Formats: sequence, C-alpha cells, structure tokens
Amino acid sequence: MRYPTGPIGGPIPVRALGLAPSRRAFLGGAAVLAGAFCLPASLRAEEGPKRGGRLRYGVNDGSQQDSLEPGSWATVMCGAAFNGALCNNLVELLPDGSLAGDLAERWEEAEGATRWTFTLRKGVTFHDRRPFTSEDARQSLLHHMGEDSTSGALAIVSQIKEIAVEGEDRLIVTLTQGNADFPYLLSDYHLSIFPAKEGGGIDWESGIGTGAFRLDSFEPGVAVRLVRNPRYHKPGLPHFDEVEFIAIPDRAARLNALLTGEVDVIEDLDIRNVPLIERNPDLVLHRTPSLRHLTFDMNCQTAPFDHPAVRQALKLSLDREDVIAKVFLGEGETGNDNPVARIMPFRAETPPEHRYDPEAARALLAEAGIEGLTVDLSVAESAFPGAVEAGVLFREHAARAGITINLVQEADDGYWDNVWLVKPFNAADWYGRVTLDWLFATSYTSDAPWNNTGFRNSRFDELHAAARSETDPTTRGAHYAEMQQILHDEGGVITVAFVSWLLAMSRAIGHGETGGILPADNHRCAERWWRTDI
Amino acid sequence: MNRTSHPILSMVVSRVGLGLLSLLIVSLVIFFSVSLLPGSYASAILGQNATPEAVAALETKLGLDRPALWRYLSWLGAAATGELGQSFAGRPVMAVLGPRLLNTITLASITAAIAVPLAITLGVICARFRGRFIDRFLSTSTLASISLPEFFVAYLMMMIFAVKLQWFPSMAGIRNSMDLGEQLYRMVLPILTLLLVILAHMIRNTRAAILSVMSSPYVEMARLKGESEGRVVMRQALPNAIGPIASVVALNLAYLISGVVVIEVVFVYPGVGQAMIDAVRNRDVPVIQACALIFATAYIGFNLLADIVSIVSNPRLLHPR
Repeated sequence: MRYPTGPIGGPIPVRALGLAPSRRAFLGGAAVLAGAFCLPASLRAEEGPKRGGRLRYGVNDGSQQDSLEPGSWATVMCGAAFNGALCNNLVELLPDGSLAGDLAERWEEAEGATRWTFTLRKGVTFHDRRPFTSEDARQSLLHHMGEDSTSGALAIVSQIKEIAVEGEDRLIVTLTQGNADFPYLLSDYHLSIFPAKEGGGIDWESGIGTGAFRLDSFEPGVAVRLVRNPRYHKPGLPHFDEVEFIAIPDRAARLNALLTGEVDVIEDLDIRNVPLIERNPDLVLHRTPSLRHLTFDMNCQTAPFDHPAVRQALKLSLDREDVIAKVFLGEGETGNDNPVARIMPFRAETPPEHRYDPEAARALLAEAGIEGLTVDLSVAESAFPGAVEAGVLFREHAARAGITINLVQEADDGYWDNVWLVKPFNAADWYGRVTLDWLFATSYTSDAPWNNTGFRNSRFDELHAAARSETDPTTRGAHYAEMQQILHDEGGVITVAFVSWLLAMSRAIGHGETGGILPADNHRCAERWWRTDI
Repeated sequence: MNRTSHPILSMVVSRVGLGLLSLLIVSLVIFFSVSLLPGSYASAILGQNATPEAVAALETKLGLDRPALWRYLSWLGAAATGELGQSFAGRPVMAVLGPRLLNTITLASITAAIAVPLAITLGVICARFRGRFIDRFLSTSTLASISLPEFFVAYLMMMIFAVKLQWFPSMAGIRNSMDLGEQLYRMVLPILTLLLVILAHMIRNTRAAILSVMSSPYVEMARLKGESEGRVVMRQALPNAIGPIASVVALNLAYLISGVVVIEVVFVYPGVGQAMIDAVRNRDVPVIQACALIFATAYIGFNLLADIVSIVSNPRLLHPR
C-alpha cells in the first residue's frame, strides 16, 4: 500500500556488532518556509575565511556498499562527500535550519501548494563544463521514481504526479496533494542533481556534479577524495583546495587519528572522551544541537498504557536531569515529552514542564484507583547508547512513586525488528525529520508507519491534514502548536534527552554557525569550512 | 620408486577432498546462520527510509523473496565455477573484495616473511641455549605477549609509536593512490603488532618441538659420538621437528589471513576482515559468504600444506606399514 499522505521514515535501525553502530544518514529538522534566496552563512562570517589547504574528515560509517548512485546513499560518507561536496540540490538547508535556493533560484506555489514552479539558476555548469538545465533537474528527480524504485527518497517523490520543464530554466512539479513543505523535502540528500543522459536517466556513474569539489578518487568503505571545482557557482567558495573523507568505523581509532593529526575532524565522539579533547590545547569540541532525541515510548493502545493516568504518572516518574548527568555525562538536554527539537521552526512550548515528581505521580495513580502499577520496559544498548543505564535509573526513580518497572534487557541485534514497534514500552532513538509535517506523518498520526506509541487522536490527524496544505504560516503555526500540546498531554512519548552532534576538531579548522539538521554541517562542511593555519 | 610417490599422491588427493568437503559444510553453516540473523539487507541499507514498498522492491530486485535453499544452491553453483556473484550493492563481489584481499595478502606476506625465519631461528637458539639467559628472556617475553589480547597489543603499539613518539602514523589506511614507500610506512605498526602476536606462538612451539626431539635416544647417541651441541640441534633435532613446526607455522599463516580482523579495525587497514564486518553489518550475504569462503580456504589450505610437509618430512608417516 502506498501512503497517500506523504513521506514516511523513522529511527535508525542500529545493528551493532560490538563495534560502533552503523549510523544511517538521516533527515530531520526544519525551518520557516522562506521562499526567498539568501546567502550561505559562511559568506556572512566576520573574519574572512582563508583559501587553500585541505580538510580530512574522519567519518564513522563509510561502507563498502557506498556507491555514487544517489538513491542508495545511506551513510554520512555519501551524504557529506557526494551530496555536500560533489553535488548540489535545488535547495539548500542553511545552518540556521532555514531554506535557501541553490540550483533553483526561487520558487512559487500555486493551486493550494499542489503546483510548484522552480526558476533555476543560470550559468551553472557541471564539472565537465556541460551547462546545467531544467532537464537535468527533471531527470534527477525522475531517477528516484517509478514502480521498481529502491531509492531512499521514494517516500518523497511518490507525492509527485508530474514533472514538466519550461525552457532551460523552469521546472514545474505537480503534486498529487497540496504540500506547503515541498521545497523543504527537495533538500533530501538523495535528491542531488546529476547530469541527464541522452534519452532519459541520469549519469551518476561518472561522478560528475555541480558541486564545490570534483571527484578525484573513491574507494568504497575507505575514502573519498575531492579537489576544488574552480568554476563553482557560489562566489568565493569553496575555501579548501582538497577534501578527503576517511572511513574510520572504530571509535578509538578515530580518536587516535585526530590525536596524531591524521585527520582534522572526527564525528560521533564517545562522550567519555570529551574531557580528553577539552584538555588538549590543539583540539576543540564542537556541539551542534540536532533533531536527535532518545525516548521511552508507551503504546497508548495497550494496557496499562491505554489509561491516561498511567502515561501521565510515568512521565512524572523519570528524573531526566539525573539521567542526563549520569548516563550522558551532561551531554544532552531535557525534552518536555514533545518530540519536536528546539531548532525546528513551528516548535511550540508545551506547558506545563514535565518534571520529576514522584508524589504527584503517586497521587495521580491513587486518584485513578490504580494500585501497585507494574510495567515492563524493553531496553538494549542498540536502542540508544546508554539506554540500559537510563532504564536502570528510571526503575529507581519510578520506585519512589510506587511504580515497579521490570527492566527487560533485549538482544542488541535485531532490536529494531523485534522490539521497537512491537513491545508496548520500549526505548527508541529518533533522528527527526526536516519538517514537522514529515515528523508527524512518520511517527504520530494514526496511520503513521512507525507509530511506536500507538498514538491515535482524531483531532491530531485533522490538524495534521489541515496544516499540510495550509500556506499561511500563522495558521500553520497555530495548528502545529496545538498538535504538540496534544502529544505532550496525551501522547505516549517520554523524552529522555535531546542530544547534539559531537564533533572534535583541530583548531586549524574554521567555520561559521553549523547546521544540525544533517550531520557534518548539514552535509556541506566541505564548502562552508576553511583552514585558519595557512 | 612408484611406491614412494603413490602414498603422497593419494594422501594429497584425499586431504584435498576432505578440505573441499569442509568448505562445503562451512558455506552451508555460514549461509544459514546469516539468514538466521535478525533484520534484512533491505531494512539495514534503507535505514530510516525503509518504507514497506521500498523494502519489497529491493528484496524482489535482489531475489531475496526466493526460498533460502534456492538461493543457496544457485550461489553454490556459481561459486563452484569461480563466480562469487554480485554484492547486494550491485558490484561484483570480486570487485568489492579483490583490492581488500590484495591488501590482506600483502600485510600477511610481509609479516610472514619476517616472522617465520625469525621465529624458527629464535626457537632454535632457545633450544640450543636452553635454560640460559636468552632462553629465559625469550620464554618470558613471549609468554607475556601471548597473554595480552591482540587489540591491547595494537593499542599499546599505537600509544607508544604513534601518540607518544610519533614515529609512525596511527592509521594504516592505505589507498591505491599512495606510493609503495608510504604504503609500507603506514603498514609498520600493524606488522609490528602481528609480529608480536604470532612470533611468540611460533618461537615457543619451535623450541618445544626441538626439545622433545632432543630427548630421543638417537640424539643422546649423537652426543656420545662427540658431535657439538649446535650440530646436534641443527643436524639431528631440527629436521625431525619440522612436522610440528610446520603445523604451527601454518596455523599462524592462516591467522594472518583470517584472524586479523581486530588489527584491521584498530589500524583502519582496508583488508578482508573489515570488509566482512561491513558486510555483516549490512547483511550483504554474498560478500559475507565470499569472505567466509576465503577464510576457510586459507585455513584449510595452510593446514593441508602443513600436513603434507610433516608427512613428507617423516619417513614413518610417508611409508606407513
């Protein structure tokens, strides 16, 4: 069955083999719908970035499966090297989460956000000097469509009814249903623009894009090396002469590579190594707030969680600050049982703040006539790093409210197939979505494929449908605020923490504000960052 | 003369046959245990984009909707003709593993070329000067390095030579674009680590094998005839200890191919071991199968070689009554 309402997605099936978990690249986050083009932040930086030098970036999840075929991209390696350095999309996610034009200069919607006309940038050329035209854009989207598509962007392009071109510089996309967020969805990293082939299709095989860097060498699972594109369409960019993304799956090896100067930046730092970086005068720790959040999800359809008082009591029985201090060593922020990250536009405050209050929880249960509440909580290290420890603390916190939590330690391997979406109370790791519409359609509407909380609320669904094709930001904002309040009050989500991307880098690397919707400065570190030591 | 070549020939044929049978069993075990792993390639690779229809499309494309037995047999048929099939990512398995295998073999060959002569020489010296300082020193230090897990040795090497002294790079991530000199320079630490791991084993076994021969009556006889101790060890004991030495050398060579996974991960060396980990993580069954086949072939092949060497070097085994 094809979901008529929009793109879907969910958390990351982390399959650890006793090694660093395989991290899938992801989408999340959002920004206000701003159709206007604005300059990338790096151009606004106060001190002028210097030109030259190279960036070596230690990536945690490069895989020998990596390929230049954009539909198959699943790793940060592909995202940062191919989507961010080799290619451009029609639109670009700026560091502040807002949307800017990239290969498309501007766009207009018509007919209730079902018809989108993109005006493409003129004078852009591919690395082989071929001019970029509307046909390239059309074929790059069509590549992901079709009955037998295995593309990671299938959920996005399945909303598209028709793509037409008008001259060299206009692309007209007709949707099956109005979607005011459609330009945002085009920032999906799979939807990179490649040159069209004669007779249809795109030529991804030759590794030619429009991006700031040309492909020099690509050894899957080992490294991708790129060199400056002298004819890049963004003035003054890129700064580096050369960038190299190096796959280092082992955490200790990655840290060693940074300490010995083999690489300039590493991602996914082990939080236990934070003090090591902070002590080192040559290195700097960089935290970028992300959309990623860790939760304990209760299934609202299953007893005893079908009782609102039980859900509310459990929400009040977790000392979030304690978990963040002890399990995440302070590297995290509390949420308020609202899965929407602070950096997302349309995020609303959802009072009252759910704080640890065992007495209130006890009173709630007594009022509802529930005695000796006992629940099973499924956890595993692969649910999210530290899930088991967080569960142990939760058990102790809840005991003070008279609630017995039986901690069920599930097998790491297969957690995302056998526990998540299956067990009524489980730990989950969410990487968020680029828009609220997408986030809710993924996990919280009644028909959401990854509705881990079994949440069914007709008012919520109504608002979701209304907000989707609503082009007035004020009305949309009001809809989204009400939806977040409903989730906070009645939903089954207990947000344990919101976490940041943790990068460790050499002081020789300069950067402006960094984006946290996607890893590696929204994948575009190669063109946005620079060296300070040349 | 015919009688002397026949036993070897028939022995080799039967050993090779047994080796192939073991390979078959290994492939069967690997195939079905991989299919027991929870999760599928499609959901692993699509990650959070794993919509039901995308999963279904990918599985049909890869033939994963067919019965496991059918997939196994068709893979086996192709593998028998040397065709290891396509990785799920769409590239031929040999294209994925070829460069990795070459890297692993390079690392193994260099290490073996240093380790084997060195280990046998040191083993002989230990046996010759049994109980003296050099013997006690080597025995103790090899015991220590055997007792340390290999990853610990690796991190130790890295800490001393890469982080503190900064003589060698911490990453052995060699690439095709590097020249031979740089590739070798980057391989120093993994080679050093592997040397420490396998030298100890081989030295101790060489020493033990020679010493056990040294207690035989004919060695006593040689001594009584007035041969020097060095000549006794080299001429009388060593040739008769070749069998056990060959088997420990073979085991260690096989380890260099199939057991270096941890070392490869720690030093980010792009060998077969890392490729296999990557494949298991993504449930890329054709690649896992091929890796397992390579590892099993290495083990069985080296053991076969050791058997043959020890039989040929021992007339009693060569001419069984």
